Amino acid sequence: MRLRLPLLILLVWALTALCADLLPLSPNHIRLEHILDPPGRAAVLGYDDLGRDIGARLAVGARTSFLVSLWVVGLSLLVGTLFGTATAYRGGWWDRVAVQLVDIFLAFPGILLAIALAGLLGPGIDNVVIALTTVGWVGYARLARAQVLSLKHREHVQAAEALGSSRWRIMHRHLLPLMAAPLIVEATFGIAAVVVAEAGLSFLGLGVQPPAASWGAMIRDGTRYLLVAPHMVLAPGMAMLAVVLAVNLLGDRLRDRLDIRLVNDTGLRE
Amino acid sequence: MLSYLLQRLFGACLVIFGVVSIVFLLIHLVPGDPVEIMLGESASGADRTALRTALGLDQPLATQYLDYLSGLLQLDLGTSIHQRQPVTDLLLERLPATGLLALATLCVTVLLALPLGIVAAIRRNTAWDSVAMGISLLGISIPNFWLGPLLILVFSLWLGWFPVSGQGGPAAVVLPALTLGTGLIAVLSRMVRSSMLEVLHEDYLRTARAKGMGPARVILHHALRNALLPVITLLGLQLGALLAGAVITETVFSWPGIGLLMIESIQSRDYPVVQSCVLLISLTYVIVNLLTDLAYAWIDPRIRLGAHA
Repeated sequence: MRLRLPLLILLVWALTALCADLLPLSPNHIRLEHILDPPGRAAVLGYDDLGRDIGARLAVGARTSFLVSLWVVGLSLLVGTLFGTATAYRGGWWDRVAVQLVDIFLAFPGILLAIALAGLLGPGIDNVVIALTTVGWVGYARLARAQVLSLKHREHVQAAEALGSSRWRIMHRHLLPLMAAPLIVEATFGIAAVVVAEAGLSFLGLGVQPPAASWGAMIRDGTRYLLVAPHMVLAPGMAMLAVVLAVNLLGDRLRDRLDIRLVNDTGLRE
Repeated sequence: MLSYLLQRLFGACLVIFGVVSIVFLLIHLVPGDPVEIMLGESASGADRTALRTALGLDQPLATQYLDYLSGLLQLDLGTSIHQRQPVTDLLLERLPATGLLALATLCVTVLLALPLGIVAAIRRNTAWDSVAMGISLLGISIPNFWLGPLLILVFSLWLGWFPVSGQGGPAAVVLPALTLGTGLIAVLSRMVRSSMLEVLHEDYLRTARAKGMGPARVILHHALRNALLPVITLLGLQLGALLAGAVITETVFSWPGIGLLMIESIQSRDYPVVQSCVLLISLTYVIVNLLTDLAYAWIDPRIRLGAHA
């Protein structure tokens, strides 16, 4: 249906990210005669304050955001799901302590803890991944817990328990497959959040360090030349907005598709 | 009601304790010697020892923790390394700016999100609805460190309506508030829309119309008042997230609030100040959430009176 454009955008993003090294780009090549040149024939998106090709930097920035979001969402999903599933299935004190821990992490609003962590750990792409994962796993843990609580008294789980299946086997074979849909939806939205968060940290100067490129760092550099070279801010922002919008649209559609319960609940909506 | 109150208070205390502990641990979780990072390579051994003693880092961890807690209870957050002032003074100095920004953002949000959501609900499945929800989707997706520069470009540089940055006069708060509020406007207008849609089918609205009440009065007096409950909750819950977003927005606009203080302190490696900023923002978030929960229980007669019965 209307998913074609979002999927195309995401495909371009992924391909650019994966092929950025192979393409004949020179994102760090400084050409002093072109400083702040607007988009033209030589460079479709113009040049930045050091005379570097913005198009090439955009491609390398795409790789930064793609890799970071893949790592952060992957790690968060893994840690959060394992933690939430294991503690909720054991129940009792395990569950109570886990809930308390999750509540404490959720008490830090938004990206604040990530900013503090990235700031204290020092700049660098691996520290960005650590900081964002530290903040990100909690959401998946909470979701996994809610799922397990509603699933663990189902008959097929009880049957597996009666048959003497091990805990791991029950979690792995009887719980996780049923929990996958909501977790996938959450992870999809998570990608958009991480793309923005990575760019935000880089904007604050806490992400990747020059000369490596990130959309957030490009925006920060551009804000100093807003009046003379607005294209420096516009290009990376547009790219990021396109990716985030595409991911959000995809997530909306996935949610409607996969989460049957949700569709019924909000049947009022449409 | 009382047991609910006590339960929530106890839960909040546990969370606050956890938050304080994590903030305390932040400085110790960082690999390497914090003193070395703060002072840099060139510092002399004597300086290092002096700073280590001043921060209490030569004490065992448990002692440091207890000192930190007892300091907190006396509102003593330590001393800034660079400014050589008590951190509490620094925070108090910056607090009004952030407070003003938060207040202005709330006003802008309510003024824009309510009409947007109401129109989308009343004119459901029309172009009005699509436009309002399109704006909302855009608002969720647009990061404020990009929106801020865009607004500066259009409204400050091209049109010249507002100052570029800083705190010069009442007009200066408009762009930061709009930047900070966009995400909230988007979420809130969706919430207003869906809770209005739920209410619009209720019998009491039909009754109100049947007795000849004008459409505007039906919407504002009967529908909106009942639809507002979840909206108020959401607003309260999002206020803390707003403060976190203020870190970026304040940086964009050089707005001299807590958020900018935090970024400045990260850059100057002034760890006690960074810790205190995180602590202040997070605790505000926890407390606002708690108050929202309690207010929700109190406002909704179904909960308040139900508990008495």
